[in-house]
Amino acid sequence: MWKLLWKILKTGNLTEAQKTDPGCATPSEYRHSAAIRHLDAGSCNGCELELSALENPVVSLGSRGLSFVASPRHADILLVTGPVTCHMREALEITSEAMPSPKRTVAVGDCAKDGGIFRGSYAVLDGLPQVMEVDVFVPGCPPKPEEIVEGLLRAFAEKKQTT
Amino acid sequence: MNERPFDEGGLCLIPSEEGIPRALLPLDLPENYLREARFLKSSGARLKGIWGATSETPSLYAAFLLKEGLVVLSLSLARSTLSFPSLSGLFPAAGRFERTVRDLFGFRPEGLSDLRLQTNHGLWARPPLSDPDNPLASDSPSSPPENYPFVRVSGEGVHEIPVGPVHAGIIEPGHFRFSVVGEKVLRLETRMGYTHKGIASLFHGRSLAEGARLASRISGDSAVACSLVFSQAVEQAAGIAPSEGSRFVRAILLERERIANHLGDLGALGNDAGLGAALSLFSRLRERLHRTSLTVFGHRLLFDTIVPGGVSASLSASAIGHLLGECDDLTREISQLERIYADHGGLQDRFQNTGILLPEVAHLYGVGGVAGRASGQAFDARVDHRGDPTHRFAPALSLDHTGDVAARVRIRFLEIFESLIFTRSLLLHLPEPPLSMALPDAPEPREGCALVEGFRGEVIGWVRLLQGEVLESVHIQDPSPLLWHALEAATPGNLVADFPLINKSFNPSYSGTDL
Ligand code: SF4
Repeated sequence: MWKLLWKILKTGNLTEAQKTDPGCATPSEYRHSAAIRHLDAGSCNGCELELSALENPVVSLGSRGLSFVASPRHADILLVTGPVTCHMREALEITSEAMPSPKRTVAVGDCAKDGGIFRGSYAVLDGLPQVMEVDVFVPGCPPKPEEIVEGLLRAFAEKKQTT
Repeated sequence: MNERPFDEGGLCLIPSEEGIPRALLPLDLPENYLREARFLKSSGARLKGIWGATSETPSLYAAFLLKEGLVVLSLSLARSTLSFPSLSGLFPAAGRFERTVRDLFGFRPEGLSDLRLQTNHGLWARPPLSDPDNPLASDSPSSPPENYPFVRVSGEGVHEIPVGPVHAGIIEPGHFRFSVVGEKVLRLETRMGYTHKGIASLFHGRSLAEGARLASRISGDSAVACSLVFSQAVEQAAGIAPSEGSRFVRAILLERERIANHLGDLGALGNDAGLGAALSLFSRLRERLHRTSLTVFGHRLLFDTIVPGGVSASLSASAIGHLLGECDDLTREISQLERIYADHGGLQDRFQNTGILLPEVAHLYGVGGVAGRASGQAFDARVDHRGDPTHRFAPALSLDHTGDVAARVRIRFLEIFESLIFTRSLLLHLPEPPLSMALPDAPEPREGCALVEGFRGEVIGWVRLLQGEVLESVHIQDPSPLLWHALEAATPGNLVADFPLINKSFNPSYSGTDL
């Protein structure tokens, strides 16, 4: 046990300083914290690796007031990865409907934007905009963790086109 | 060219310049296919995958791995029947592969009793990859997805827990059906296909460069292994061998991928067993690896670093120094973490005797990789085959026999240390700057196959090239379908609450399974 405690003490705080982006203002409805429900709509799992990296102590998503939750009923942001396969469409729609309003939808990765490298296959629907309205896009294959954090913070600020 | 790779005395596989010896064996008659499969079974072969292709003739492919090398059987099917003999009686893992072939191509497995839909969830009127002119292919039954007939367990107090396709957390989608009594799992059945992206159709007609990009994205955590196996198969088809320098860089990339994923799995396993600090301590090391990969190789997850004919990155002297320094730091850090894991009573209590995969079951399903080696299956393509120039530094085989979560944790630690030593030797003996080779073109179609030891286990690749270096058909087989069998075998008898731990210790890829 002391080895573990010593290791934790010696490792110290690794979280990098936050860059504050003027485009990432926080509307009052979220009060500096938001819960994210991630949904994999058929990704290659590369985007998932970078989402997991958000929780490491260097990026430390939690220190920015954001956290992943298990239930869509607890979530403010629906974060979707993958090109939306035919087989995930129904689950995606049910998850989105289960979320309370107001909510934001963030499409992470080139696949979620327009199908990416899988675009045009008989088995995919070529991206999230084909199925639902998207508030913020985070392009990249996969996007870097900083870019995903930046996109999530932008989701706070961005006005929804329709109510 | 109907050469048998076997004669009565034993095997004669074509030794290959890079990677393991391999042979492609074209067959015309179903009887011969079945006979070869029986012979392979009696020689101790493990089935690694079955897939279909529709070129001039509809064909079925089956890949087997022997201690001596890789054998791929290809059977041309008669258009009038589109049927092939099922291998499920010989290899229990064959059934699901054959069901996928049936779902996608409309070929009919003769003698297969389980004909439930696998990759097709009943949304397509006809098998999507079938020949549109062949009316026979269209009679694949489709049933609404909600009516998938899971095997029912009956008895007093037995109930079912359905989980998925959407899971709690950052995980890929798939469905698990538990039959439980009280807290104990009696049976687990997995159902996949949710991430099916039609990879086979996407490869068709692409250039080699585009094919390599797509191969990197079959399963993002195995980007190096999949693009390497693709490139090696293309190189075998084209009859070239990449330069020694590129082979060293490829081996370094493959080990980086292995170390990063093992670190991720070890952290997640500690976390699932209740030690949250482990996740932070391991994920911080993983982040460091990704950042180094970005500066040295241009991509955090090493996507698109391997191309047919060579590699897309070269290593400067300062980059080599940087990587060597990282090896030393990681060795020190991970040794400390290994001691923390070994000494932590709470962790070991959760790990030991949980999710046991018996060696005979691992053998039955042909499970290799980390899961296989933790259950006494002594295979590792990096260790077993001497053709490659990097073999003089090959890592030692990591082997355990208890087959529980604890064994899979130990194997991962052992493999990381071996990988670090291997990487070090490769960096110190890097022969020459890696040169990419041009691929010669040929008028007739050519085929090639390959095998790579990825971080999960053996990844198989097969390609068929047309004139002008256009891909006709490609199949990349991740070991994950076999790991689902292993997970289903290892879960019954355990508590439902231990399932996340057991699942994580196998860590199959959903995307690599569904393709
Ligand atoms: S954007 Fe790239 S990394 Fe993300 S799921 Fe698509 S292919 Fe994979």
